Amino acid sequence: MIFLELFWAFFKTGLFAVGGGMATIPFLYDISTATGWFTHNELANMIAVGESTPGPIGVNMATYVGFVTGMDVSGLPTAILGSVTATLGLVTPSFIVIMIVCMILKAFRNNKYVNAAFYGLRPASTGLIAAAGLSVAVTNLLPGGLAALNAFNWKGLILAVVLWVLTNKVKKVKSLHPIVFILGSAVVGILFSM
Amino acid sequence: MLWDLFLTFAKVGVMTFGGGYAMLPILQREVVEKKGWATEEELMDYFAIGQCTPGIIAVNTATFAGQKVKGFWGGLFATLGVVFPSLIIIMLLAGVIEAFSHIAWVQHAFGGIRICVCILILNAVTKLFKKAVIDKLTLAVFLVVALGSYFTPVSPVVFVLAAGILGVVVKNMGGKKA
Repeated sequence: MIFLELFWAFFKTGLFAVGGGMATIPFLYDISTATGWFTHNELANMIAVGESTPGPIGVNMATYVGFVTGMDVSGLPTAILGSVTATLGLVTPSFIVIMIVCMILKAFRNNKYVNAAFYGLRPASTGLIAAAGLSVAVTNLLPGGLAALNAFNWKGLILAVVLWVLTNKVKKVKSLHPIVFILGSAVVGILFSM
Repeated sequence: MLWDLFLTFAKVGVMTFGGGYAMLPILQREVVEKKGWATEEELMDYFAIGQCTPGIIAVNTATFAGQKVKGFWGGLFATLGVVFPSLIIIMLLAGVIEAFSHIAWVQHAFGGIRICVCILILNAVTKLFKKAVIDKLTLAVFLVVALGSYFTPVSPVVFVLAAGILGVVVKNMGGKKA
């Protein structure tokens, strides 16, 4: 039953993704590799859509993954069911954990074990996101793998460098919302057939 | 009251453009100023807890605030409220994108967009790195997890559990090194 699997996959994501929406990306990558419900390229598209639409990124991506996964089962009705299933799966652990924390709030906030765990969790979560980012970069810059160096995506690399400079070094531009850069990249992609 | 919670948090959800951090000013206006459901300090507490519990920060904060206002059901309705706009908007958008995804220029557009996603992730990692990697051990954890996750099929769950346990062990047994 694919919807049970979908719920469980997102339940795990919600339980183990520490540090917000971006932290779910490595888990989504893992789901893609393990199940084949959606491709790595589709996932990169979903990240972009999740960033450019209203709502928390993590929830947006879960809804999107559920939609695409359900769509493959038998069209629109199962796509909607997939969206709802994935989103509920993602938020269920949050709900349970928060309900428990509410009961033991003071003990939780000042607990030395909680703080100590986060000392290790933060760099691990950052490392996972870095690995996922590297995967997205490699699939897009080297679509044929290391064996096909001649297929290297030069246009993509140039765009990446330009975007990095714009989002980090150019004063008036870098504080703009990501959607500006996403839409700009879409236009560049169309103009240069990327 | 429950309906009010659902609607208020649906509003917060639809206005939270981007990550959980974007929701703080909106929560301040809706929950503290308009509804008077929490004080400024309480809201900061909810947000802090939302950040250091597993899952999406925006969802955690909403669940927490809802629970404080009206117990279990309050938490449930606030949670459903905050995800509701995402569900509707993404389903509509995903339907449209799926229908047009075979068109060449749509594919080119996403070819450009995926490059942008790489840079957005890189920027997020840079920002998180500054907060998370504070000494040699955290640098080692970052490198081991990044390389391990990239080159092996080990599930992220394993890395998260191991890192959490490592944190507890190091901080509580090795004295006050870090």
